[in-house]
Amino acid sequence: MSEMLHATNVAKGFTLHTQGSVTIPVFEGVEFRLNAGECIALTGESGSGKSTFMRMLYANYTCSSGSISVLHDGDWLDITTASPHAILDMRKRTMGYVSQFLRVIPRVPTLEIVAEPLIALGTARETALAKARDLLTRLRIPERLWQLSPLTFSGGEQQRVNIARGFIADYPIMLLDEPTASLDVQNRATVLALIEEAKARGAAIAGIFHDHETRDAVCTGSFDVTSFKVGAND
Amino acid sequence: MTRSHEPLLRVSDLTMMYGDRVGCRNVSFELRPGEVLGIVGESGSGKSTLLRSIAAQQEPTKGTVEYHTRIDGIRDVYQMSEAQRRLLMRTDWAFVHQNARDGLRMNVSAGANIGERLMAVGDRHYGNIRSTAENWLGKVEIATERLDDLPSTFSGGMQQRLQIARNLVTSPRLVFMDEPTGGLDVSVQARLLDLLRGLVHDLNLAVIIVTHDLAVARLLSHRLMVMQRGEVIESGLTDQVLDDPQHAYTQLLVSSILQN
Amino acid sequence: MEQTVNNPPEASSAYNFAYLDEQTKRMIRRALLKAVAIPGYQVPFAGREMPMPYGWGTGGVQVTAAVIGPDDTLKVIDQGADDTTNAVSIRQFFAKTANVATTEKTAEASIIQTRHRIPEKELREDQILVYQVPIPEPLRFLEPRETETRKMHALEEYGLMHVKLYEDISRHGHIATTYAYPVMVDDRYVMDPSPTPKFDNPKMDMMAALQLFGAGREKRIYALPPYTKVKSLDFEDHPFEVQSWKDECGMCGATDSYLDEVILDDKGNRMFVCSDTDYCSERQEAGHRGPQHHDQPLGTSHNNGKAAE
Repeated sequence: MSEMLHATNVAKGFTLHTQGSVTIPVFEGVEFRLNAGECIALTGESGSGKSTFMRMLYANYTCSSGSISVLHDGDWLDITTASPHAILDMRKRTMGYVSQFLRVIPRVPTLEIVAEPLIALGTARETALAKARDLLTRLRIPERLWQLSPLTFSGGEQQRVNIARGFIADYPIMLLDEPTASLDVQNRATVLALIEEAKARGAAIAGIFHDHETRDAVCTGSFDVTSFKVGAND
Repeated sequence: MTRSHEPLLRVSDLTMMYGDRVGCRNVSFELRPGEVLGIVGESGSGKSTLLRSIAAQQEPTKGTVEYHTRIDGIRDVYQMSEAQRRLLMRTDWAFVHQNARDGLRMNVSAGANIGERLMAVGDRHYGNIRSTAENWLGKVEIATERLDDLPSTFSGGMQQRLQIARNLVTSPRLVFMDEPTGGLDVSVQARLLDLLRGLVHDLNLAVIIVTHDLAVARLLSHRLMVMQRGEVIESGLTDQVLDDPQHAYTQLLVSSILQN
Repeated sequence: MEQTVNNPPEASSAYNFAYLDEQTKRMIRRALLKAVAIPGYQVPFAGREMPMPYGWGTGGVQVTAAVIGPDDTLKVIDQGADDTTNAVSIRQFFAKTANVATTEKTAEASIIQTRHRIPEKELREDQILVYQVPIPEPLRFLEPRETETRKMHALEEYGLMHVKLYEDISRHGHIATTYAYPVMVDDRYVMDPSPTPKFDNPKMDMMAALQLFGAGREKRIYALPPYTKVKSLDFEDHPFEVQSWKDECGMCGATDSYLDEVILDDKGNRMFVCSDTDYCSERQEAGHRGPQHHDQPLGTSHNNGKAAE
C-alpha cells in the first residue's frame, strides 16, 4: 500500500477573539493515514469536527499543532509549514476537493467551470471541454445548460457541476465533502461509479458521507474523528 | 524568461515612515508570475502607502523592491535610473487607479488612450495602433463604436474598463490595482471583477491588489496580507485567512461582512 | 516697396545699442550658445521687459538685439510681408536703437526676424533667421504640467506627440495640423517650429543659415545650427505632406510658394498671392507675370479662387 497522506499528532482549536478570546477545542492527537486505492469515510457525530478535519487536509484551515504531510511530486510536503505557492501547486496537481457548496463565479459558463481544472494543468482546451461534456452528460446536466452560469441552477444541479469539476482531473488524492447530498438515486449511482473509477486508478480518497448506503458501497475503511475529541480520552 | 519557481517581485523589509508616524513597516513577500496578492485592511491601515512604495512611486524609508526584468535580470527598482523606472512603468508594469480619471487622459479619445503606450514604445503605424485599440475595447466589453469618443462621455464603469485596457495593451507582467472597484455601483463592480478575473487568468498576470472589500479579495487573490496600522498582522492563502482567521483583527474584519 | 537698403538718419543716443544693456545681451548669448549646442532643446532665459507687449515678438526682438551688430543689415517680416504694422514697427525699433541698415530684400539681409513664415528664397550660411515663438513647448496642449514636459524631453518620452497626430487622423481622416507642425530635431528633441505653416517645415531641414527661436512670454530660447536634420513627425501610413494649391500666384505666377488668399470685392472674387512679398516682387522684376497682374489683359484669369488644399 503506498501512503499518500498522513496527519501526525494534529490538534485544532478555534480562538474567537471577537468573543473575549474564548478557545473552542475541537480535537487533539489525531493520527491519520491515507493510502492509494483507499476510500476512507470520516465518521463521527455532528460537531465532532469531520468537516474541520477535511478542511485542514486541504490547508483551508490551519492546524493548531502537529503536521499534515502530502505526497506531492514524489516528495513529502508538510502543508502546515509550506509556502502558499507550494500549497496552491499541491491543490492544482495533487489534491482535489469537492466541497458541499459550489462557489459560483458569475458569468462563467458551466462547461468552462468544469473544464477549468484540466486546462490549468496544461491540457489542450478542446480535450478538456470534451471531457467536461462527457462528465456533465453522465451527471445528467442537460446540454442546454452548459453555456449558462450555474448561478440559477437548483441545489442538486449545482452539486453535480461541483462533482464534475472535482472529478475531471485525475487527482492522486481526493477529498469529498457530502458528495451525494441533494442528489437523486440515479445521480448518486453515477457518483458512486465515479468514485469507483478513481479508486481503480489508484487515487487515495477521504470522504464525508451522510448517506450510509453510498458509504458502505464505496468505502474501504472509516476513521472516527470523535475518538480524538478533546476530553474524549479522559 | 522567468521560470515559474523564480519570484517576479521580491519586497524585503519595506518600511515607510513619515517622521515618527508609521506608513508601513517591515513588509516582506515574494510574488510569482500569475499570482494575485491581495492587501486588505481598513482605511489608514497603510495599504495604499505600501502599494505606492512597491510600485516605485514613493521611495521607502527602508527596504528594497526587486523586480525580475525581462532582459537585465533582477534589479533593485530604486537603484535604477529614473528613465529606466519610467520605462518599466510604461511597459512591463501597470497601475490601475481607483479613480479612472487619474489613470486616463480625459481630453483624448478612447483609442488614443489605449494607443498611447504603444506609441510611447515606438509604434508608428496608425492603422495597426487603431485596430489594436479596437481589439482591446472589445476585450474590456466596451462597444467598439466608442473608439473615437472622449472618456468624459463614458460611465464610471466604462472609464474604469478603459483604464484597464490602456494599462494592459503592452502586455505587462505585473499589475498594481488600488481599489479598482471603489466608487462603482454593485452590479458594475461585479462585471468589472469578473472581467479582471478573466484577464488575469488569460494573460497570466501577476497582480497586487489593494482593497478594503473582502469579497473582492476572495474572488481575485490567491494570497492575502492583512494590514493594521502599518503592520502586516496576518498573511497566507486567501481562503485560509478568510475561513480560518487567526489574528483578532482579521477575525473582526471577516465577521464584519454582512452575511446574506 | 522698391527700396533696398535703408540707412537711417540718426540713432537715438538715449538707448544702449539695440536697446538691451550689455549684461543682458551676454546672458542671452550664453543661452543662445547652449541652444545651438543642443539643437531643439528649450533653454530658459531671463527675458526682459521690452517696449512692446507679450505676443508682439518680444522673444524674437531680444534674440535679434543680442546678435545684431552695427554692420548687420536687418529684414523683418510678418506673415511673409515687410509692410505689415508689426514688421514696420520692429524694423523701425532697430533702426532707432541700433542704427543698423534695414532692407526688404531677403538676399541682402544678414539677419531676418520673422513671424510665422520662412522666406521662400533659400538662405545662406552667412545669414541668421530669428523666429518669434508664442508657445515653445510642443507638448503643452496635451500635458499642461511643466514638470512633466521637462521630464518627457529629458527622457525622450515622445509617445504623447504621436497621440496628438493620432487624434487628428481619427477626427479628420488626416493629420489636420497645418501650422506649428511638430518636428524631430537631430533625432533627439521634438520641437515646435513656431506657427509657420507646415509648408515651410522642409525648409528647416539642413538649412544653411543659423536658425534662432525666441519666446518672450515663456522665456525660452532654442536653436538649429546650420545643416541640422529636421524631420516632421508622422505615421508610416500617414506620411507628412505639405500644402499645395491648384492656383498660381496672381501677380508673379509662382507655383512653388506659399499663397495667401485675398478677397477682392463684395462679390466674392478672390485671388491668390505669394505670402512672401519680397519673393513675389523679385519674380515680377525678372519678368514673371501672374494672371491677375495689371500687365495681363483682362479675361486671362480662369479661376474663381479655389481654396488651398
